[in-house]
Amino acid sequence: MSIENIIWLIPLPPLLAFFLIVLFTNKNKALSHSVGVFAAFLSFVGSMVVFFRALGIHEFGKEIFASSIEWLPTGTSYLKIGVQIDPISAVVLFFVSITILMIFIYSVGYHNYGQPAGDHDHKGLPPHGATVTDEHGHSHTVLSVEPMYSRFFAFLALFAFGMYTLVVSDNLLTLFVGWEVMGLCSYLLIGFWYAKPSARDAAVKAFMTTRVGDVFMLLGLAYLYSLTGTLGYREIFYNEETLHMLATTAAPLFGMSASGLIALLLFIGTVGKSAQWPLHIWLPDAMEGPTPVSAMIHAATMVSAGVYMVIRIFPLLTADWHHGEPLTTTLTIVAFIGSFTALFAATIALAQNDIKKVLAYSTISQLGFMIAALGIGAYVAAAFHLVTHAFFKALLFLGSGSVIHGMEHGVMHTGDHHVDPQDMKNMGGLAKKMPITFWTFVIGGFALSGFPLVTAGFWSKDEILADAFANGHWAVFATLAIAALMTAFYTMRQITLTFLGEPRTKEAEHASETPWTMTTPLVILSVFAVGYGWVGIPEHFPAIGGLMPNWFHHFVGATLLHEAEALEFAWPPLLTSLVVALGGLGLGWFVYKDYKAGQPDPLEKPLGALYPVLQNKYYFDELYMALFVKPMNWVSEVFTPAMDRNVIDGILHFVSRSALFIGHSLRNYIDKPIINELIGDGSAEVVWKAQAIKVIQTGRAQSYLLGSVSAFLVIVAVLYYFF
Amino acid sequence: MQFPIISIIVFTPLVAAVIMLMMSKEAKTEVRVLALAAAVFDLILSGWLYFQVYANPTTAYQFIEKVAWLPILGISYHVGVDGISAPMVLLTGIVMFTGVLISWGVDDRPREFFAFLFLLAGGVFGVFVSLDLFMLFFFYEIAVFPMYLLIAIWGWKVTREYAAMKLTLYLFIGSVFALVGALAMYYANYQMHGVLTFDMLELEKAGFSSAFQYIWFMPVFMGFAVLGGIFPFHNWSPDGHVAAPTAVSMFHAGVLMKLGAFAALRVGIMLLPEGAKQWGWLIFGFAMVNVVYGAFIAMIQTDMKYVIGFSSVSHMGLVSLGFATLNREGMIGASLQMFSHGVMTALFFAAVGMVYDRAHTRQIPELGGMSKPLPWVAVAFIIGSLVSMGMPGFSGFVAEFPIFMGVWQVSSIAAIVASISIVITAAYVLLVVRKAFFGDMPEHLEGHITPIRPLDKVALVTLCLLMITLGTLPGVMVPMVSQGVENVLRILGGA
Repeated sequence: MSIENIIWLIPLPPLLAFFLIVLFTNKNKALSHSVGVFAAFLSFVGSMVVFFRALGIHEFGKEIFASSIEWLPTGTSYLKIGVQIDPISAVVLFFVSITILMIFIYSVGYHNYGQPAGDHDHKGLPPHGATVTDEHGHSHTVLSVEPMYSRFFAFLALFAFGMYTLVVSDNLLTLFVGWEVMGLCSYLLIGFWYAKPSARDAAVKAFMTTRVGDVFMLLGLAYLYSLTGTLGYREIFYNEETLHMLATTAAPLFGMSASGLIALLLFIGTVGKSAQWPLHIWLPDAMEGPTPVSAMIHAATMVSAGVYMVIRIFPLLTADWHHGEPLTTTLTIVAFIGSFTALFAATIALAQNDIKKVLAYSTISQLGFMIAALGIGAYVAAAFHLVTHAFFKALLFLGSGSVIHGMEHGVMHTGDHHVDPQDMKNMGGLAKKMPITFWTFVIGGFALSGFPLVTAGFWSKDEILADAFANGHWAVFATLAIAALMTAFYTMRQITLTFLGEPRTKEAEHASETPWTMTTPLVILSVFAVGYGWVGIPEHFPAIGGLMPNWFHHFVGATLLHEAEALEFAWPPLLTSLVVALGGLGLGWFVYKDYKAGQPDPLEKPLGALYPVLQNKYYFDELYMALFVKPMNWVSEVFTPAMDRNVIDGILHFVSRSALFIGHSLRNYIDKPIINELIGDGSAEVVWKAQAIKVIQTGRAQSYLLGSVSAFLVIVAVLYYFF
Repeated sequence: MQFPIISIIVFTPLVAAVIMLMMSKEAKTEVRVLALAAAVFDLILSGWLYFQVYANPTTAYQFIEKVAWLPILGISYHVGVDGISAPMVLLTGIVMFTGVLISWGVDDRPREFFAFLFLLAGGVFGVFVSLDLFMLFFFYEIAVFPMYLLIAIWGWKVTREYAAMKLTLYLFIGSVFALVGALAMYYANYQMHGVLTFDMLELEKAGFSSAFQYIWFMPVFMGFAVLGGIFPFHNWSPDGHVAAPTAVSMFHAGVLMKLGAFAALRVGIMLLPEGAKQWGWLIFGFAMVNVVYGAFIAMIQTDMKYVIGFSSVSHMGLVSLGFATLNREGMIGASLQMFSHGVMTALFFAAVGMVYDRAHTRQIPELGGMSKPLPWVAVAFIIGSLVSMGMPGFSGFVAEFPIFMGVWQVSSIAAIVASISIVITAAYVLLVVRKAFFGDMPEHLEGHITPIRPLDKVALVTLCLLMITLGTLPGVMVPMVSQGVENVLRILGGA
């Protein structure tokens, strides 16, 4: 089979799995998860074949895998859709296929496969546990299996289909298809426990917020298509003439160039999808979905799609602009939103107590790093951080799920359902209870913090800072450096509160390690969270630079028409990286190491009035409620019906009453007194009818028809004299 | 002489209606079987016609039949289809077929019900294929008139008389304006060329003066567009939907509203192209209001039929908007949207009807958990929702994407404003899905929701498949539609 055919086939197994599960196997849990995992495995194998084949090609990038079919005839030509794998999509495919397979395997354990059905479990609610009696006659409460187990795998498979479609497509249209499929799955998965009102609200919020971004993206696509007549990557992004044409065409808005406006519109789609400020509000709420699998989708894979799209449109974003020149309007906006989001979300993460919420905000912040990198033209650095982040964030989320699962075990044991198994204040000392989870979480956390030299996160984050420094984007550099410091701090806070010290609740004391289906993915991902950084060590790095070639830079850089040059090494950004990572970690440990149950958070005092602001996420939910949701409802509820029912219908009713009044007058003042007198045929019945008609506001058909016909006759008469 | 396929399509329902009226009142089943047979027959023929045009898309009209009828007045029976009307004929066939299927349970005077429904269908077919202005009006009135009876007799008791009256009134007044405009064209053509003719192909070439077109475009266009639900004359439409029985709602939103937009295009834009260029901005503005305003109102309705009714106002606004752009993309999109929305809204009303027949309420807050007893309806409704949200892979996207492309070329601000409706649409359809089909079922409904009939399933599946087919393989319709639009562009360019 040719490599192109394999690429076409990659998205299909999950789609088939979706239909198989929905239509046939949904009654059988084992069969359903087997179908799902097997489909994910097939796609994984296909992706690996493609990836390693790509590695084997000398100067991959000049030569790529591509294949397309004619899909929509448009007059003389065809709108083609197809697949293509170039260096950037190859590396994205690599991490996507691994993480998706891991999600599938992990879900088996997370949804308690093999456990008994719950005593009081309902569809649409998380499982509450089941009572079992062992051979000694003691009864225990144990975790119970998810009641909608099969459905979960169906949704997950559909999600995987969307992600694969997005990655392998060779044009923005099918990318958009994958994008929307994922949006839909995200809605379904966040609202998976639909009987929980909070989950329902979160699902709608996520869908609506991302939809706002999608609409702008759609407009961007429409504009792009109407200018170029195509949406293919090759035809637009790798065609200097087209790019130049777009850069020199004036757009109808804000005095921008067409390329700038299109890139901006598409970027708004990313702002929604990748939860950047000001459309970030949906992502933390998305954690209402089944922990942590949907969390991982909303952290490691799906939100990466937004960044991936900006990476794809990078040539458009930077049309007629060269790395190092002053930023264009669009680039400035992108850089600003990215770096602002990076800092802004990091500050919120400082004050969150829910283990998943911390990670959610950290995701928003890290995506901000990538967007900021793209905004200053650091293409390879952004791509590198995208990949490393996907690995360590997937690891952290699955780790947090494992922690929660372990805590739930403790909750089952004590039977106190008021203890929130996600609140880090209720944890402590879990390192001894859950060693695998602990060590892998530490690896992930250190990678996120950018622990020097060893972790992948260090290398990718350092590259972004170095690029900002080298090109003199001081504001971006400073903002990201502070955000990185906070990242290290809250990560260490999280590790310390969760795993170190003494257990602060009985539940934490009885937590236990999770099954192998959950820990194996953790171990596998932690290998990548460390090792993946080594493929991108800058060549000019002191001592170890050049020991291994900077594979990532050369490989991914070849995606662009003009390969980016490697940066000269400079000490200030490296020192900054070292200081913020180590300083943040050290500070986090120092502040939280003696934290005891019931104490206020050590940050509360120094931050003062700022602390509740952070805890409440700068009140953005409330602000949007007041700024957008309420006015929209107000317009709907007050203005439009008033217009519709009172003004428009009012005019209609007035006209009909007037017509009746005229008819009535004619009858009573002319017809009856004058004509009837002459002819002498009055009828009480007719008078009675005429009055009855008046009661019904729109009367009877005949009178209206009479009205219309007379109006018609009048007009015809007028016409007749005109012509 | 070639096989008169179009005439057979048009007159089958009319003949069937007459036969039905002659049958015994007691022969309810026989009437239904006859209705189904006629509907299937027409569906097959309109499908065949569609594929003939699909196989050979040209800018010219095909399958033309022309018979002089009143030569003295220049009236002839003249019919034919092009790339824009062939999908509409197919749509009518589909709605007729599915409408009969889901009306199987009508037990109150089914003979008259189906007879009127078929009269309506015959009129609708007639309008889509008419190439003679007189015939167009003739069929137009045939299509509108049975609506009054269907709503007033078989409708929802609470508002049926009011709604039927309102609908009839709006539509007749609208058509009077259009008719006056048509007569003006008829006489103007006579004055210029000395020929009395209602033939639209002749009138296209008449070359009316700019001043004439300027005066008459608005009455003609708006007169028809009333039936397409254009702002500020949209108000009859949701009221009519709510009061109408299910199959009539399907016809009403599915094809009848398209009749308005279609006739506005055929008579307004194609016969008075210069007027269209001069007044395009105003139509554009009205349609913009339609799109956003309808969506806003739909968002706060609590009656499912009102939600769908106002969403139709919003979506039909996109059709008018697309035509008002007067550019290729906009008009292709608008033509596709007519088909896509017709199928989608027929599906919506079918689904709502099925829920209402069982729960006896359409109030969203009083419903819940319908997905459990009615899984087919829930899935169909969700697919309809995805179409209405413009999800790629479904017909709504294929239609709306070109419309937005066309609108962007006219005004980027307008495109941004109109796109708000996409977000709002998502809000209100999700609300219905979430509340009515999921959520908790009210206790008094528990156990009272009977499953749907197999015939209902056939109808739902047919409609869903059509939307998915057009969404994934737009090549089945786009080429012929773009040929039809080429013809319109030629007229616009040549005027």
